[in-house]
Amino acid sequence: MTPRIEVSAIDCLTLRLFDTIDERNMPWLLAASRRIATLFGPALVDLVPSYTTLMVHYDLGLLSSTQAHACLARAVDGLEAAQESGGALHRVPVWYDPAVGPELELIARRAELSVQQVVERHCAHEYQVFALGFAPGFAFMGLVEECLATPRLSTPRKRVAAGSVGIADRQTAAYPVVSPGGWNLIGRTPVKLFDYQREGYSLVRPGDRVRFEPIDRDDFLRLGGDDTPQAVIEGLAA
Amino acid sequence: MSAMTVDYSRSLALLQDDGRFGVRHLGVTQGGAFDWISMYWANWLLGNALDAPVIEITLGGLRLVCERDACLALAGADLQASLDDQPLAPWRSFSVRRGQVLTFRQPRTGARAYLAAPGGFEGETVLGSLATVVREGLGGLHGDGQPLREGDRLDWPGQGGALCQVPKSRVSDLTTERPLDLVVGAQIGEFAGQSLFDAFNSEWTVDSRSDRMGVRLTGPQLRSRMSGIVSEGVPLGAVQVPPDGQPIVLLNDRQTIGGYPRLGALTPEAVARLGQCLPGARLRLRPVAQRTAELAHQRLLAHWH
Repeated sequence: MTPRIEVSAIDCLTLRLFDTIDERNMPWLLAASRRIATLFGPALVDLVPSYTTLMVHYDLGLLSSTQAHACLARAVDGLEAAQESGGALHRVPVWYDPAVGPELELIARRAELSVQQVVERHCAHEYQVFALGFAPGFAFMGLVEECLATPRLSTPRKRVAAGSVGIADRQTAAYPVVSPGGWNLIGRTPVKLFDYQREGYSLVRPGDRVRFEPIDRDDFLRLGGDDTPQAVIEGLAA
Repeated sequence: MSAMTVDYSRSLALLQDDGRFGVRHLGVTQGGAFDWISMYWANWLLGNALDAPVIEITLGGLRLVCERDACLALAGADLQASLDDQPLAPWRSFSVRRGQVLTFRQPRTGARAYLAAPGGFEGETVLGSLATVVREGLGGLHGDGQPLREGDRLDWPGQGGALCQVPKSRVSDLTTERPLDLVVGAQIGEFAGQSLFDAFNSEWTVDSRSDRMGVRLTGPQLRSRMSGIVSEGVPLGAVQVPPDGQPIVLLNDRQTIGGYPRLGALTPEAVARLGQCLPGARLRLRPVAQRTAELAHQRLLAHWH
């Protein structure tokens, strides 16, 4: 790891720690995040973690660019990876079914597995939350097993149901609200992923871990899930 | 009783302030007034906090009925505003009486006008800001990210205000005769030499495929050694270049992370000026160093002190 400090804007610096996506990046990114938060203090406007980088947006009224560079250099000096794998572990229930996961069977066919095996493999791992983006509370997670990796749909859907769980290449994610989207849908969670009236707003944060757990339709409904089929959400079926 | 009612809204009228901060790691965008300089002046005219909530009126098509006597202020684009039948010039405060109708028709110069009220317009603060972000369903009058609509009732907490104008020398130049400053970013070395020359020596045209997420520029095709990068945080004003070689300037409502190589990022002043460009406008980009931009920005902020 050779940290690099890069200029991104008049008031933004990017700390580049890695070049490729890897689950082992996260403890380093978490450790650097904590140091940056402490060192920048009230001058930190926003800190945006992603797979290999941290973007630091600081308050120009409180720090000059020279001071910000120095502060960021101090944050990486002698940096060590966070000891624990970091972040919280969330168990997220998912109803895996073709009605709410239209690509479930496609992924099974591509992997030469049964639908049941696809579900088992998707649930067999703790995923790292690499970054949140695209929409509030939308967490990019991974990595899913190579055999489940599936490229995005060539034409994104105009409407993906809230709670939909999908796969794109070796990443997995859940849509917090109805939105357009091109991920391969395999199921739906009844859990509310983003709620601005809740403490902390987002269920998961960068550096957290997520394990999906299969539930049946009854449990899904009992937990408050909406079982409107994806085809109806898209207006493809009545 | 409210102070003002939306009689009709045919384009985009949004409650905006400085934007939402401290939540970008959760995927929540920044939002906020696109031409923040005009927002500051509109608030300055009334003695408000410079980032007090204002109405950002894009292209016109808005009619408001005043329900109470008040002093309001207008800055930014000239959208052929009128109070009843009297033309209303921007960059000044003005009195309204109960029953008068405030109309914004269509752009004469610029694209976005900013209307301020004493103490700032009231709305629902969501995640520390009432900036309206339609895509995220956050902020605005009701907190659900919806633009102002017919029948919406607006109010403000303050009173009074004096009739005054923005000093002539401070009125924003809404043309693009001066180039837009771009703070050169670290990935600039990945662009081919000819592309760098083209980026800063050609005229760019503002494309009609533009909104509060981003403004597309058309012109010479720019080539980068990188076609895509691992997604990373993107700042306000970032100029990213997708594989088609036509830059997109990422704005207030952009996604928080992105995966295209970037030339750098426009300065806040340049972003504000871009906010006044209509599709078809021509502009030039000028590379500046971070430190140079910082000093220029400090000089700009001194206008309000």
